[in-house]
Amino acid sequence: MCGICGCGQTNNTTKLKPVLGQNQHLLKHDHSHHGHAHDHHETERLVKVEQDLLSKNNAYAAQNRAYFQQHHIFTLNLVSSPGAGKTTLLVETIKVLKDRFPIAVIEGDQQTEHDADRIRATGVPALQINTGRACHLDAHGIGHAVMDLGVKDHSLLAIENVGNLVCPSSFDLGEAHKVVVLSVTEGDDKPIKYPDMFHAADLMLINKIDLLPYVDFDVERCIHYARQVNPDIQIIKLSSTKGDNFSAWIDWLAERVKPDICKSLNMI
Amino acid sequence: MHLPEGCMARTAMHELSLLENVREILENHALKQNFSKVTKVTLEIGKLSCVEPDALRFGFDVVMKDSLAENAELIISELNGLGLCQQCQLQFEMDSLHDPCMHCGSPFATVIQGAEMKIKDLIVI
Repeated sequence: MCGICGCGQTNNTTKLKPVLGQNQHLLKHDHSHHGHAHDHHETERLVKVEQDLLSKNNAYAAQNRAYFQQHHIFTLNLVSSPGAGKTTLLVETIKVLKDRFPIAVIEGDQQTEHDADRIRATGVPALQINTGRACHLDAHGIGHAVMDLGVKDHSLLAIENVGNLVCPSSFDLGEAHKVVVLSVTEGDDKPIKYPDMFHAADLMLINKIDLLPYVDFDVERCIHYARQVNPDIQIIKLSSTKGDNFSAWIDWLAERVKPDICKSLNMI
Repeated sequence: MHLPEGCMARTAMHELSLLENVREILENHALKQNFSKVTKVTLEIGKLSCVEPDALRFGFDVVMKDSLAENAELIISELNGLGLCQQCQLQFEMDSLHDPCMHCGSPFATVIQGAEMKIKDLIVI
């Protein structure tokens, strides 16, 4: 059974399978055995629901968040378009931090184990979720991945979401922070073209700044656009491959990881 | 790993995931409130939410097929976006997340309405 959501990985249909069968039976009932005109009452009535469409995902996310808190796991949800450099950022981050505290990674991609393989090569445990046709990770899948991966207490858990600037913005995974990575090869107007993602993120990393001399990317304009959709967003410019300003990101991370996972361990 | 059953991410396009959620919510309410058929579903979707009403309309019939809401009518009530300007502290209507304040022109605002996406009510038998 899953330690977070309790649904049972192989036998989860009891809790989650739609109750279609029963309703279909109810629907068919009364229409085959009366043998008289349909004068029985099928009066319509109004039912108030007032329920959020994301309520199910949000409930799983709340369970994940409670689990992370209880086990002192500091969780980041990394989002970007494909190719912005999330995996390279993680690999370089792991190289710097892996001796300071345990790190685990959940990778989301439609296909292949490539990203998880790159993470494993650093010596850190990684689990690949292949979403198939799907465009985002959701909180239920993350709960299972955390169990499957056996994420240690007092660790940093990085979730690399499916490369997509649209759908993952709606799905809370239970993370402490959503971090959006935008590379300078993508165009400085991405924050207003895909405002939901930049609105949902706490931190924007402007990546690949070593390529700025070769591309038409106005950093200040990008920052202005990002603040327009999210006045509170924090911003760090860096290059994962060349190391430019990489320490600012490490500092940001260490500052937040410290109270969350190292409370009793004095690790940093 | 494979995604567990019941994971919303098993379906592509987040509107379809959300519609599957709608169906599950209807089925849960059917058991609790004792109805067997839904003839009308009213959703309230904020203009600043990340949901595209046309995509919901497109997917609704497909997702509700063979459920208690098969052939149900879908009503989408759109809720206007409202922002609170961080500069002049006045409220203003927002059509997008990057609309500047209509009073003072400041680009910095906090969304106070328009991110909603919920099932409002149903007509049931």
